[in-house]
Amino acid sequence: MTPCRALVALLLWLGMALPALAHKPSDSYLSLRVVGATVSGQWDIALRDLDHAIGLDADGNGEITWGELRARHGEIAAHALARLSVSADGAACTLRAGDQQVDQHTDGAYTVLPFTAECPLPPTQRLTLAYRLFADLDPQHRGLLRLEAAGLTQTAIFSPQAASQSFELKTASHWTQFISYVEEGVWHIWIGFDHILFLLSLLLPAVLVWQRPRWLPVADFRAAFIDVLKIVTSFTVAHSITLSLATLGLVSLPSRLVESAIAASVVVVALNNVFSWLHSRRWVAAFLFGLLHGFGFASVLIDLGLPQGTLALALVGFNLGVEAGQLAIVAAFLPLAYALRHTLFYRRGVLIGGSLLIALVAAIWLAERLFGFKLLPF
Amino acid sequence: MRRQLCLGLIVLWSAAAALAAPYIPASDAVVLERLSLRAADPRGGELRELRRQLAQQPGDAGLAVRLARRYFEEVAAEGDPRYIGYAEAALAPWWNLPDPPTEVRVMRAVLRQFNHGFDAARADLAAAVVQQPSNGEAWAWLAAIAMVQARYADARIACERVAALGSPLIGVACIAGVDSVTGRAGLAAQTLGEALQPSAPKASDASPPELLWALSRLAEIEDRRGEFAAAEAAYRRALSLGLVDGYLQAAYADFLLDRGRPAEVLVLLKERQRSDLLLLRLVLAAQATQAPEFAAWSTELAARFDAARQRGDTAHQKEESRFSLAVRGDKARALTLAGENFAVQREPADARVLLEAALAAGQPAAAGPALQWMAASGIESRILHSLAARLKGKP
Repeated sequence: MTPCRALVALLLWLGMALPALAHKPSDSYLSLRVVGATVSGQWDIALRDLDHAIGLDADGNGEITWGELRARHGEIAAHALARLSVSADGAACTLRAGDQQVDQHTDGAYTVLPFTAECPLPPTQRLTLAYRLFADLDPQHRGLLRLEAAGLTQTAIFSPQAASQSFELKTASHWTQFISYVEEGVWHIWIGFDHILFLLSLLLPAVLVWQRPRWLPVADFRAAFIDVLKIVTSFTVAHSITLSLATLGLVSLPSRLVESAIAASVVVVALNNVFSWLHSRRWVAAFLFGLLHGFGFASVLIDLGLPQGTLALALVGFNLGVEAGQLAIVAAFLPLAYALRHTLFYRRGVLIGGSLLIALVAAIWLAERLFGFKLLPF
Repeated sequence: MRRQLCLGLIVLWSAAAALAAPYIPASDAVVLERLSLRAADPRGGELRELRRQLAQQPGDAGLAVRLARRYFEEVAAEGDPRYIGYAEAALAPWWNLPDPPTEVRVMRAVLRQFNHGFDAARADLAAAVVQQPSNGEAWAWLAAIAMVQARYADARIACERVAALGSPLIGVACIAGVDSVTGRAGLAAQTLGEALQPSAPKASDASPPELLWALSRLAEIEDRRGEFAAAEAAYRRALSLGLVDGYLQAAYADFLLDRGRPAEVLVLLKERQRSDLLLLRLVLAAQATQAPEFAAWSTELAARFDAARQRGDTAHQKEESRFSLAVRGDKARALTLAGENFAVQREPADARVLLEAALAAGQPAAAGPALQWMAASGIESRILHSLAARLKGKP
């Protein structure tokens, strides 16, 4: 370029450049959770940045497809995790990548890389992070960190000028720890689709009464409420028993067996709504299968890491959280179902159609869990 | 029954929305991202080739500056600031040196000013013109930064050097830009208008990008003077050159919004939502026309401002102030942003945002810096003086 053309090009950009307009500069979103002994993370990294770093557009057509991305998951995890160091109280942790998914942020698609940091000792005092992603390719890149530990959230921005930062893990009060376990409990019933579908399948007929050969609406709200109360109480008592036994290490079952049996329990209670062999004894099913679901909850709580000394706190908090989440589902469900109980939409569409759909989903889970493959995204 | 069904659907839908989270696409063929630069394109190919060469000869300053310059041109074409970071990476070996080669120093200044590092950029450019007084590029950037910082005597000196070293049309437009904000707007419009006559040698010898830049300056000068027909003619002539220029489109969109013609903005900026600058104009136009896209666009723009704030970015304060005031109705926030912006940038558009925010918030004292700037510069602007009169009319 001649000096004159360069000058013109630059002048042309004057107006353009000065207001610093733009799409968005490059950021990644890093979240870390420290629960008990486990540090788990999720790292959202823009596909555009990964393309610039390691090239994702295999066929060069300007489009990144899921197939092109999926083929590079291994390299992406290796590239990213090699540029992040985590150490707990001065000892380096080992990072292990999980299965990646996709999410959208304001400037496009991101890969979502879950990972765990296995530390020699549970982090108690301080967590130190060194962040070097894209430092050589784009000094304007920033890593936006959200760190949750013991019920407290801290945020930080990583840049080449601030690549290594330490975070005090404040010892939260028992109350804060308790609340964080309650939140975990609520969260795990909310994302535990198998538990939700199990409960919903049992609750769907609560606003109806079986009079051969069909379901009729219950006369008053009281009848429906008592039915729901019996089912929810049985389920709660049952899963609290096994959750406690398993968490305290008194009973343990192989997780594959438990997970498969939970899926089977959903199939059974969903099909019951179509063929109705339990009638008004659904609370018995809620109790018996509830014992199984308790083992499922326990594995989640054990995975979170059990704090030494405050085990009872964790157990009670987590269990209360599960109950609260469950009650929220019931509170949303019951008035709606009661209002709709006269409609054909509810009796045919929701009860029969919905139950068949639930049974199908649960049957696929059962197969997935028994034979170890993955078909459904949830 | 219809109401109950509706209620049921709402509950289900909100449950589904609350669960919206990372997902696994349905098939390998799903397109997740479209790149602005394809490897197969000539532009993309050229960048890849330069990157490859630089990787082999990382100490080659000439090559590094060429690559950085190409990336910087992409920022203008695409409005995508990622390329600023890529350009900075190309200059990495020299980035923190106190005394890099002149060509690196000028490029470093260009990148620094983009992120509003005006003083650091100015120091680099001042050193560059001491080493190389004939460096027209460095003088051009000195003029631009001086205009933003309202140092008009410095801007005039730099423009005169530009006129002597570069294209005659750019020199005239540069000086007219200074004149137009220092009490000589009539003369500036006349001189630049004559230079831009199609028969005038300065215009007929100029390249399309030069013409576009000079026409944009003329349009703004005429707009401020209240010569709306002349301003529109200049905007339209600039647009008819067929070059994609986000700044020109934003300025013309503002002109149309001021003239009460928001529907034309929706047509002008169709499919240009990727740029925050242009999305703001689309939001304002959609609000004025009650277009159905208003809700989605304003949510999107708010999310982008949030994302910028998360990374500690303050380069969007002018736009965010307008958004806060017009869309959110958050007068206090609009005023804070406008005030902080005016402390960094002092162009007519920056002053206008501050005056409007102070007027809306009923805090005339907060407009003090803009009013002082108006009095000191002697700027002629119909809109600015009418806003200032309304502010002073308040008790």
